[in-house]
Amino acid sequence: MRTHFEEQLERLNHELIDMGALCEDAISACTKELLDPDGTELGAARIYERDIDQKEREIETLCLRLLLQQQPVARDLRLISAAMKMISDMERIGDQASDIEEITQYIHNNTDLKSRLHINEMAKATIEMVTDAVDSFVKKDIALARSVMDYDDIVDDLFRNIKEELIRMISDGDNRGELFLDLLMIAKYFERIGDHAVNIAEWVEYSITGSHPKLGGI
Amino acid sequence: MDKFSIKALNLYYGDFRALKDVELHIQPSEITAFIGPSGCGKSTLLKTLNRMNDLIENCKISGEILLDGEDIYGTMDVNLLRKRVGMVFQKPNPFPMSIYDNVAYGPRTHGIRGKQALDEIVERSLKDAAIWDEVKDRLKKNALGLSGGQQQRLCIARALAVQPDVLLMDEPTSALDPISTSKIEELVLELKNQYTIIIVTHNMQQAARISDKTAFFLLGEVVEVGNTESLFSMPKDKRTEDYITGRFG
Repeated sequence: MRTHFEEQLERLNHELIDMGALCEDAISACTKELLDPDGTELGAARIYERDIDQKEREIETLCLRLLLQQQPVARDLRLISAAMKMISDMERIGDQASDIEEITQYIHNNTDLKSRLHINEMAKATIEMVTDAVDSFVKKDIALARSVMDYDDIVDDLFRNIKEELIRMISDGDNRGELFLDLLMIAKYFERIGDHAVNIAEWVEYSITGSHPKLGGI
Repeated sequence: MDKFSIKALNLYYGDFRALKDVELHIQPSEITAFIGPSGCGKSTLLKTLNRMNDLIENCKISGEILLDGEDIYGTMDVNLLRKRVGMVFQKPNPFPMSIYDNVAYGPRTHGIRGKQALDEIVERSLKDAAIWDEVKDRLKKNALGLSGGQQQRLCIARALAVQPDVLLMDEPTSALDPISTSKIEELVLELKNQYTIIIVTHNMQQAARISDKTAFFLLGEVVEVGNTESLFSMPKDKRTEDYITGRFG
């Protein structure tokens, strides 16, 4: 029954998993450059970002074709509409990983400062959120999706910690203003990546239950 | 108050149980769609609502069907029931007479004879059925000369002429082209302000487009009934999901 449709949905599923994996790779690459720079991953996030953009266009085209040709309803409609929302967040994650990588190049020689701040924890936390959001989609695991939403508070707290640490250093007379701004920007990008992971998890919940945690049911 | 309350309804054709413990509550001024595979009982139920199964041999019915709280299988006069509950069929079936006489037929059988009164009813009914502009200059022409879509709208006008409360429609667009179909769908949406409409359709996009409530039938049972948007986005029963997504069987 509807073999061709099933094949297209299966393809959509795989494409989304691939795009999620590219996002994880992009964050890992920029984090490696940030925390343990040896040059091996330099420029990688930028390349991943282009791949992610390309993947977004492919998935968009596939979703529009499915809507046009198959007039999906029920779980198929939820999957396809959730997919169209999720890829926008994934695309932003790719952009932000690339932005982090760009700023990282200016702060290479300040490893002492990076380890003193909570940047490391933040990077790890957001990678975990993105990985879990994608996993929750793959496994249709609503509990995992909700754990991503809950985890956002931890990332928000880490961002506040970093901000307060930087403010304290400035008030103690440290005058490396440009560096502090760069670090704050990086922290903010990680915090935003966490938000996008939450958005993805919310659409995963919608595709499983028909009810979006913020928007409710249709 | 429900327009129709259907309670514990069972219908047998001989030994075959065509409807099983059907419970349904049809709301006034809403469009309710019955969907389900062939032989699931949806047309049988529709016909039961204006007692068109009465003439079928070996047809036995138990349970209750209340129209505005009154049992239609009790003391209610069948002719009055059919005046209140009109029917439009799958294939347009105009009588082989003029357009005017087709629409005036029902009111005449209910005793309306005056030319002016009939003229008014014919015009109002044809306008309500969105076909007046197309036929007003040829009311005396034979209705069989109209296109399929026009014939179906004429049949709707004929049903409206006796001022029913409820309009039953049994796959009213399945024999029509897409343009005529969309005209009928627009018309049905217009009519729901004044009438309670129950439509049997095999076209699920049509059910999703026009109905407020949808009931899914399978093997004589109502598997699921609910708001159309909810049923088509998050069906509660796996059988409904399998049917509407085309994975049935």
